[in-house]
Amino acid sequence: MSILDIIMNILAIGVPFSVALLLAALGEMFNQRAGVFNLGCEGIMSMGAFLAFLPPFFLKTGALAPWANLLGFAGAAAAGAVLGLLFALVTVSFRAPQGIAGIGLQMLGWGAAGTLFRHYVGGVTGIGGVPPLPIPFLSQIPFFGPVLFNHNIVAYLAFLAVPASWYVLFKTPWGLKVRAAGTHPRAADTMGIKVTRVRYQALALGGAMAGLAGAYLSLCQAKMFADDIVAGRGSIAVALVYFGRWHPAWILSGALLFSLAQALQLSIQVLGIKFPYEFAVMLPYALVIAVLAFSRRSRLRGPAELGKPYDRETRI
Amino acid sequence: MNKGFNALYGTIVIAASALAAIAMAAVILIAVGADALGTFRVILTDPLKDTFGLTEILVRAVPLILIALGIAVAFRSGILNIGAEGQMQAGIIAATAAALYLPGLPKAVLLPLVLAAGALGGGIWAWIAGALKARLGVNEILSTVMLNYIAAQFYTFFLRGPMIDPNELQTGSGTPQSPRLPKEAWLDRLIPGTRLHTGLIIAIVLAVLVFLFLWRTTSGFRMRAAGAEEKAARYAGIDVEKYIIAAMVVSGAFAGLAGAVELTGVHRRAIEGITSGYGFSGIVVALFGGLHPAGIVPAAVFFGLLILGADMTQRSMGVPANMVLVLQGAVILAIVSAQMFLGNPYARDRLARRLRLPRRPGPKTLEDAAAEGGLKQ
Repeated sequence: MSILDIIMNILAIGVPFSVALLLAALGEMFNQRAGVFNLGCEGIMSMGAFLAFLPPFFLKTGALAPWANLLGFAGAAAAGAVLGLLFALVTVSFRAPQGIAGIGLQMLGWGAAGTLFRHYVGGVTGIGGVPPLPIPFLSQIPFFGPVLFNHNIVAYLAFLAVPASWYVLFKTPWGLKVRAAGTHPRAADTMGIKVTRVRYQALALGGAMAGLAGAYLSLCQAKMFADDIVAGRGSIAVALVYFGRWHPAWILSGALLFSLAQALQLSIQVLGIKFPYEFAVMLPYALVIAVLAFSRRSRLRGPAELGKPYDRETRI
Repeated sequence: MNKGFNALYGTIVIAASALAAIAMAAVILIAVGADALGTFRVILTDPLKDTFGLTEILVRAVPLILIALGIAVAFRSGILNIGAEGQMQAGIIAATAAALYLPGLPKAVLLPLVLAAGALGGGIWAWIAGALKARLGVNEILSTVMLNYIAAQFYTFFLRGPMIDPNELQTGSGTPQSPRLPKEAWLDRLIPGTRLHTGLIIAIVLAVLVFLFLWRTTSGFRMRAAGAEEKAARYAGIDVEKYIIAAMVVSGAFAGLAGAVELTGVHRRAIEGITSGYGFSGIVVALFGGLHPAGIVPAAVFFGLLILGADMTQRSMGVPANMVLVLQGAVILAIVSAQMFLGNPYARDRLARRLRLPRRPGPKTLEDAAAEGGLKQ
């Protein structure tokens, strides 16, 4: 294998790895732009991964079988939105401290997915998953073909979600409301923006996207479900939003960086380099800490009221 | 509005949030087709039926008390330590190393050394997150979460590599676990024939010490001040950064000690899955106990009961033991939601107004005047 082949392999594995991180981080970006720090992302992803796994697991034959994956994605998005709304109830309406509430949602999601999985499925079982969809002609290009144009449909859509969320956040009235709710909720309120409603909407959207990210893990990436399938990706996605300065393009580059680190650690294991695999597995997590340590200045560009509940009745 | 109403209001809020938490767990129980009421009954009563159950509750309460005490110190100082799970594993690695590589010492020397090593290991692991927060402004929630995953890898690395039981290599089974610790490093059993060990005494003594530290010493006051109102603390000349790091290290030391106590008291060798989620349950216990040692001890016993009860329902009712995570998550959400209603007098007044309760005599408000029709334009 030449060096170029190795690099191509790492890229071809790494690019699809980034999809789950990307979807979750874009969703979290909307949450945080609206002023809510949702650490429950990890739990929502667990629930999404599990619910998406169910239809293809149960509907192996029958009239609905061709639609099983789609049903899975729809179910995961719906459940994610519901959990996002639950988080909104707790943190926006009840103004609970968001960090702790996020841990609560995380445990709730982990526990619910694990309990339901053990009851309905029992052990690790594979599913067909979403097949790859090579783009005609483009996938034949040497090097770039396998790296960019030989993935499944969800991956392409997720990359399209980057410009789409940029457009929504910066070019639509709703995006402006979201940013206002996270930057200066009192001013937004004075201008007639319903801050509470906007935060609920952003959390529902963010939750749905985290649900989809979980669905991607079970349907497209692992093609199975396990209790620890999310393995910290939800928290990494939250960290990526900081690293990505709350901007879709930077978040995309962050997601790619981490998934390439992940692909690199896998290829270190596959190449049989004498190196305890545990250290390879830690690599992405250590990278998150390093990146957070070196992106401290980016916090200045973050939503000013991030993490602070808004109460329209308190005095200034 | 009177004291009676205030007490009633508090009771209603607490009852409502308890019901909300139970309802969230019941949704999952019904989804797995279990008899929800029966499951709760088994969880809450089965462990109380015999000595075994009672001692096992306390066995689980010991690490919960220790971890929750540490988390309370951190939360009181304004930092959210989610990393107890990893700090516990770091503590177990350090304690195992001390017990295995310092042989031939008498028990009176070795056991305290092993426990201290555990606290040191957890403290150092937490120091990373504290220093990153204080010096570089790294969000401690994210860094401690990441450090949990890293610690888990270190833990399996040590159990598979440098610390593996030589017997496992000889027999070829290769179970990742350390050799049995020398007897000099064991905590004694309080009741022979059960697993209840003297770690319980350590935990309760430390609960008292934490109370004395936080509420009776200057350093404790400064820590709480830094957590309660950072800006005011800075104006008062408190070195907030120093106390952030100190609180994190203390918090990690407690988690590491919990690991060492679990190691020397219960398992007596480092095995996989030894932490079994105590690091996360400790957060729930700390919150449920009101971040106060006097609340944490009973809260830890209660959650020891829940965790043991959930294990029992797995056997007797076929409800997966993960159920207890759902319950804990729901409890956290319910507690933090209730805080607004309990801690915010405006919320109470608003309810009283809606219920049209007689008000304390006081200056008339515009609303009153308007209601009486006396407001002249």
